[in-house]
Amino acid sequence: MHDGRCAIAGAQHGPASNAHGGRGRLGGARWLVVGAAMSVASCQQTGVLEPEGPVASAERLLLINATAIMLVVVVPVIVATLAFAWWYRSSNARARRSEEVAYEGRIDFVVWSIPALVVILLGGVCWIGAHQLDPRAPILAGTKPLDVDVASLDWKWLFIYPAQGVAAVNQLVVPVGTPVRFRLTSATVMNSFFVPQLGSQIYTMPGMTTHLNLLADKPGEYPGLSANFSGDGFADMRFTVHAVSAGDFAGWVAQVRGSGSALDIPGYAALAKSSQAVPPTTYRSVDPQLFERIVDQTALSPGKARAGGASSPPVRRAGG
Amino acid sequence: MLGKLTWAAIPFYQPLPLYAMGVVGIVILAALGVVTVKGGWPYLWREWLTSVDHKRIGVMYLILALIMLLRGFSDAIMMRSQQAIAIGGAQGYLPPDHYDQIFSSHGTIMIFFVAMPFVIGLMNFVVPLQLGVRDVAFPVLNSVSFWLTASGALLINVSLVVGSFARTGWMGYPPLSELAYSPDVGVDYYLWLLQISGIGTLFAGINMVTTILKLRAPGMTYMRMPIFCWSALTSSILIVVAFPILTATFAMLLLDRYVGMHFFTNDAGGNMMMYVNLFWAWGHPEVYILILPAFGVFSEVIATFSGKPLFSYRSMVLALLAICVLSFTVWLHHFFTMGASADVNAFFGIMSMIIGVPTGVKVFNWLFTLFGGRVVFRTPVLFSIGFMVTFVLGGMTGVLLAVPPVDFVLHNSVFLVAHFHNVIIGGVIFGALAGYNYWFPKAFGFTLDEKWGKASFWCWLVGFYLAFTPLYALGLMGMTRRLQHIADPNWRPLLLVAEAGAVIVFLGILCQLMQFYVSFRTRESRRDLTGDPWNGRTLEWSTSSPPPAYNFAVLPRVETIDAFWQMKRRGLARAEPVYEAIEVPRNSPIGIVIAFFAVMSGFALIWQIWWMAIIGLLAIAVTVMVFGWSENREREIPANEMARMERARLSFGRPA
Repeated sequence: MHDGRCAIAGAQHGPASNAHGGRGRLGGARWLVVGAAMSVASCQQTGVLEPEGPVASAERLLLINATAIMLVVVVPVIVATLAFAWWYRSSNARARRSEEVAYEGRIDFVVWSIPALVVILLGGVCWIGAHQLDPRAPILAGTKPLDVDVASLDWKWLFIYPAQGVAAVNQLVVPVGTPVRFRLTSATVMNSFFVPQLGSQIYTMPGMTTHLNLLADKPGEYPGLSANFSGDGFADMRFTVHAVSAGDFAGWVAQVRGSGSALDIPGYAALAKSSQAVPPTTYRSVDPQLFERIVDQTALSPGKARAGGASSPPVRRAGG
Repeated sequence: MLGKLTWAAIPFYQPLPLYAMGVVGIVILAALGVVTVKGGWPYLWREWLTSVDHKRIGVMYLILALIMLLRGFSDAIMMRSQQAIAIGGAQGYLPPDHYDQIFSSHGTIMIFFVAMPFVIGLMNFVVPLQLGVRDVAFPVLNSVSFWLTASGALLINVSLVVGSFARTGWMGYPPLSELAYSPDVGVDYYLWLLQISGIGTLFAGINMVTTILKLRAPGMTYMRMPIFCWSALTSSILIVVAFPILTATFAMLLLDRYVGMHFFTNDAGGNMMMYVNLFWAWGHPEVYILILPAFGVFSEVIATFSGKPLFSYRSMVLALLAICVLSFTVWLHHFFTMGASADVNAFFGIMSMIIGVPTGVKVFNWLFTLFGGRVVFRTPVLFSIGFMVTFVLGGMTGVLLAVPPVDFVLHNSVFLVAHFHNVIIGGVIFGALAGYNYWFPKAFGFTLDEKWGKASFWCWLVGFYLAFTPLYALGLMGMTRRLQHIADPNWRPLLLVAEAGAVIVFLGILCQLMQFYVSFRTRESRRDLTGDPWNGRTLEWSTSSPPPAYNFAVLPRVETIDAFWQMKRRGLARAEPVYEAIEVPRNSPIGIVIAFFAVMSGFALIWQIWWMAIIGLLAIAVTVMVFGWSENREREIPANEMARMERARLSFGRPA
């Protein structure tokens, strides 16, 4: 399961820490021992340059292509800046000077053309990329997509599996090779759902639903995080994506169904209280209306809803 | 009686800010003590605090910016230190509650009280001199603008010891900044102090636009204006158009917080994305408000020190105007990740790239200004060349972030943080420091020390790259911004390098202070007696250093672009003119009086001390009316006195 991943991250995020571990509780001694044994180089990085899915791969390619296109102009400009400044230094007797030249039409034409051409090229890249990698665009794969509803809470992530009827906090288990269709919202303040190795992040916003499609190519554990500051517990708003085989996923669902508590409305009210560095947990069942009620801001029982709760706003979809 | 204000507002449980404020308090008291002992108050009051002279006000803006730079930088180094320590299981020395205030105040201070006063101060000082006129259009309003900005700066420092500052980030996004999630006064400080200084900024913008459009020396047509004036004009137009958006947005958030409205709340139909859109509808033009005057500085510096006219002046003007208009069409690129449709994202992505075209043109034109020139490597030139190299890289990462799918993986990461520091330090701050070194002799009559100036440049340059290159890498590694502690121990080496970079930038700031000190000590030997130390091209160099209060005894006649350069070539610069009587504005205490009451009302509104707020606002109204009904606001200098003063000045300053 660790799949060549850095041992530190594995120890920290592995299923072993589900029950009682929690990040803050890992002993300092263990860190030292593990840390000393592992050099930085031997650790696999978990950033956007190490994609593990088609979305992240395409985005990395776009990143590299766009950078390459611009470097074609940027590098000569930097070299020319330094070269011109140095060659035309006042003490250089060999430099031929043209101190009266204030305008030259041909140069002016070239000067406007170069950035314009770069932008025409990049604009095309931008238009095509924005459409191909639209977070709403479904990912075509042989398998039926998995639906996951995501809600950001203060300060943890709630993942609801509507078809399976289970839920998990700060832990997202997905089958490999299966497109995952996310619907996302926030119970409190704005956050951003982001798994760097799987690609595109998207905001979670109160009263609104966003949509995102991702896919994990290979089994492994991928760190996820909130990428929009949301208050005191923000730094610990991390979760782990466990990408597992279809069989393992079914096994995990069965195991979750048989253990833990139910996420009904009172259970949700307890979960919704502010908490930090929450260890991963699972729920054997989940109120089928919970996600919609979080979107409506009525999940904490209609009576308790704040001012205007009686006429709660309709669900809005973000963007077009 | 005192609203929400109680002894609990003083953070006795947090020794750090108290110590900091204690030290600052002692320094301020010592400074005030020295002034009192030396009997300097009448001088300060007469020559500075109540001065309506645009040069004095410009200098005060720059002093404010430098003081606040120290404050904003201490926030920066605290953040870098926290992130260098709090890795793995460690929590560092700043709890989230404190760390969150620090990054919020860092951003707020650096944008509103360092970068803005820097560029507005430079515009204030330089534009009337370059236009060949005696002052800005509304000299008293100018003083009010400055003092309102200073009021905001004072209130943000008050928040250190009385209560707390916002813990929302400098953008103050709701719903985090709504009462439900930020019930304390932090966000109220943020909102009210920016409302107060925002009004000052708006006045400054109006003043500058009016000055440039209506007051120019005879013969100075638009296409003969120095390029810095064009950059000031475009920047000020952006201020006039964009700042009211910010004021209105903050007013709505204040209504949410104070009277329970629902513009941006989670419930009752509020929509927080409305705030985000409006904030960036101001916020993106704001970026250009800051960078355009810096472009102007570099244009002047590169042309002057290459001994050449600026290459393709018309293209440069066109590029400024294009940026001015386009800057209002790109705001959505700050939140591509809100889930807008692909068409919307692609449109704003492409618009953001298009704004790179005029910017690219400017870079090429600076390049061709250097080409064939006679480049003298003074400190301002070093900053300009450092800027060209650094800014091109920052522009590249900016265009990269304008590609929506790339932004999807880099948004809010420290890559983004590195990008905007790349353009703001490499652009605005380098521009401000180039301008400071370039125009300092004009303001004070002696040049700045080159050795310390160059040392400061190299520290800034090296420090910048050391501090922010690691952040580019960390952003690609998946590190997001505003983390109070960091989980991944692999990031430690890069974070330590970034910390070292911040220390080197600090050395750069120390060199800056040292440069001023050394130059001041040796000022007699570095007097600028000609008024034209750099062989300048524009009119500010045609008057003495420092210029008289009225700038020009006789307004210059402008017949070409680079007016002073042409005058020197034709030998017209030295002829004694026929003096005439002129009118100059009298000093006015209205600015500092309004600022006093603005601070009082702002503080009262923050703490909901209603009686005090009402008194403060009424007092401002009365002050304005007293001024409005006053007469005798100008005084005339008769022609013979002008002639006497000018001859005395010129015989001292400039051998005829």
